[in-house]
Amino acid sequence: MSKKQDKTQKAAIADLALDFSSGFKYEPAPESSSHVKLEKQYELFIDGKWVAPIDEKYFETTSPATEQVLSRIAEASAADVDKAVKAARNAYENVWSKISAKERGKYLFRIARIIQEKAREFAVIETMEGGKPIRESRDIDVPLAANHFFYYAGWADKLEYAFPGKKANSIGVAGQIIPWNFPLLMAAWKIAPALAAGNTVVLKPAETTSLTALKLAEVFQEAGLPAGVVNIVTGAGATGAAIVNHPDVNKIAFTGSTDVGKIIQKAIAGTNKKLTLELGGKAANIIFEDAAIDQAVEGIVNGIFFNQGHVCCAGSRLFVQEGVADKVIKKLKDRMKSLIVGDPMDKNTDIGAINSKEQLKKINDYLKIGVNEGAEIFQPACTLPKKGYFCAPTLFLHTSQSHRIVQEEIFGPVLAIQTFRTVEEVLEKANNTPYGLSAGVWTDKGSKIFNMTTKLKAGVVWANTYNKFDPASPFGGYKESGIGREGGLHGLLPYLSLS
Amino acid sequence: MAATKTTTKPSANGTASKAETTAKNERLAVLKTYKIYINGQFPRTESGRYYTIKLSNKEQVNVCLSSRKDFRNSVSAAREAQEKWAGKTAYNRSQILYRIAEMLETRRAQFTEELVNQGASAAAAKEEISIAVDRLIYYAGWCDKFNQVFSSVNPVSSSHFNFSSLEPTGVVAAIADQNSRLLGLVSIIAPVIASGNTIIALASTQFPLSAITFAEVLNTSDLPAGVVNILTGEVSELLVPFTTHMDVNAVYINTNNQQDKVTAETNAALNVKRVKVEASIDWTLPKNEDPYRILDYTEVKTTWHPIGI
Repeated sequence: MSKKQDKTQKAAIADLALDFSSGFKYEPAPESSSHVKLEKQYELFIDGKWVAPIDEKYFETTSPATEQVLSRIAEASAADVDKAVKAARNAYENVWSKISAKERGKYLFRIARIIQEKAREFAVIETMEGGKPIRESRDIDVPLAANHFFYYAGWADKLEYAFPGKKANSIGVAGQIIPWNFPLLMAAWKIAPALAAGNTVVLKPAETTSLTALKLAEVFQEAGLPAGVVNIVTGAGATGAAIVNHPDVNKIAFTGSTDVGKIIQKAIAGTNKKLTLELGGKAANIIFEDAAIDQAVEGIVNGIFFNQGHVCCAGSRLFVQEGVADKVIKKLKDRMKSLIVGDPMDKNTDIGAINSKEQLKKINDYLKIGVNEGAEIFQPACTLPKKGYFCAPTLFLHTSQSHRIVQEEIFGPVLAIQTFRTVEEVLEKANNTPYGLSAGVWTDKGSKIFNMTTKLKAGVVWANTYNKFDPASPFGGYKESGIGREGGLHGLLPYLSLS
Repeated sequence: MAATKTTTKPSANGTASKAETTAKNERLAVLKTYKIYINGQFPRTESGRYYTIKLSNKEQVNVCLSSRKDFRNSVSAAREAQEKWAGKTAYNRSQILYRIAEMLETRRAQFTEELVNQGASAAAAKEEISIAVDRLIYYAGWCDKFNQVFSSVNPVSSSHFNFSSLEPTGVVAAIADQNSRLLGLVSIIAPVIASGNTIIALASTQFPLSAITFAEVLNTSDLPAGVVNILTGEVSELLVPFTTHMDVNAVYINTNNQQDKVTAETNAALNVKRVKVEASIDWTLPKNEDPYRILDYTEVKTTWHPIGI
């Protein structure tokens, strides 16, 4: 090839690269919050009624994007939790276990329908309080939450088909503790199968994201769900501990960090409480040379930057096969330059606000750790809003297995990249972690997909896709990523005892 | 054994009565050394310690008092063996479990005698062996079926093909029912290995003989080394190593002791082990065999792939 030809070709390639910074300007497209009804103060939802906490303690909930106070939330003490458990026990013994499974299911169908009717309100509140982009609340969190109730509604009167050779019995009162990354969706993941299986519930949302769970309580009232079947107690760690340690709770379901999960597993030792844990992860997202590269790049972006990386199954460790590493990293950097970081209420926003000041500090600490460990950092130029908690999407290149940013869960938009040569090497590296929640594989070769998906020690494996969720699809981890599954037929088992 | 005492015939197994060694210049019986089973071999405990079992015929046998280090060695062997064992076809695992049953069946006489020597009635011993053989065959049959019964294709609301299947949890440490001579051990090993797990099992402290003889059965059944490892020793000494080891994925503890249950479940939290604590039960009952005992040591894996061009 002559020099001249080479030059022309390079120029042609340069022309194809889109210059997003100057060529495209997005006008603000904010979602309106005018139709949202929020109280100034929320009480505890116990026995079908709104009850003030015994200690009369409240805490403020703020928007992580604007730092404005949205509402005041009751803080449940151990005495309040006890009231809630008593209400749940009473509802279990006298109401919920007495009505027919068909009727039980119909309540859940009704709840699903009301969530759909109020989808816009739920989405807006979720984004206001949690900081996630409105597009994600609107298109993923809220529809999936409704779908979850709808899916499990149908199971209520079909449990005898789920576990052959056994009779499926409800357990009693389920204590459920959920995180702040998918507040409404996690509430649905927990409550829907518990109720379908015939149990009653005491649920604690995360202290930074209580509002959609409390709005969900309003839905339960509207649906006519019998009093005490679901009780919602708001508060922080101490409230959660009171649920875990309550002697009349038969089952604990927790989603959150592996550290807290271990504390809970220890706390219930010897009690006969059933346990489901959905804990942390450090998923490998593996790109082979024969992958469809453009799709893979989209998958990497969705894998780590979805929900600001506040996802336990986030693809936070990227493994790229050497032959395509330069190409993939170049395309990934280009794609990152086009991500819009900012107001989560804006419909064009890709990366919203970090959920809390504490979480932002944790992420920033890890960015320092990564740099100090000698990894090469890359962040696209982007202007972060002055108010609120924001973090630019971040890559770390030249990382190795021993780096803390490769080993530890950051729970933010931070990707650690390594390269590999062979299948054996990448399997060894991918599985070399105490976690085992999820993994991603990108290749156009079918037999390679099945080789990888079989050998990766992870509960969910996405091949040529990433971060997909569905009520019919069981979710949960191997090893220190948790115990038990949520979703699908397998998600019923943790809420039943078989005899 | 008491019945053979008057004869000069050496017993079928190694727990030969020393009374047989008469001074009349008759053949000296060859006694069996009861050793532990690690990685397909029969070493003595590395600790060099022993404890003594008194048999119903008043004879006594020295048994290995296994140590924490024996357990660690067993875990290394089990971990090494696990992936290959899980990688065998379900049909192959099924045939190996069936082969174990065959080998056990052919050694009925030896097991009967050993069980009787450990205090069982002849009738109970025969029944226990029969059920143990049948139980192995029961789980052999499940190897290539449980995944069919308990897997699912999930109709997700997007254009993806999505299915969930069961995979072995990994390395399982088990303390077998202390009140059972053979069946408690067999009934926990079979469902654990059926799906591709490997196991380290602690035999009943007071009834260890048939456990070690069962290891000989395993060793002649084409079962790869390290898939099943059997130790003898004290629960009080081994409970903590069994439940704290960071390369063990799941534990099964059979105990009637609440404090042991608390210890096991507390320690399991160190690395989020799956833990099942069960009280001593009547293993002869049919209700104590079912595929859900296989499921206890499996993980549901869900795989997604887009549907499209």
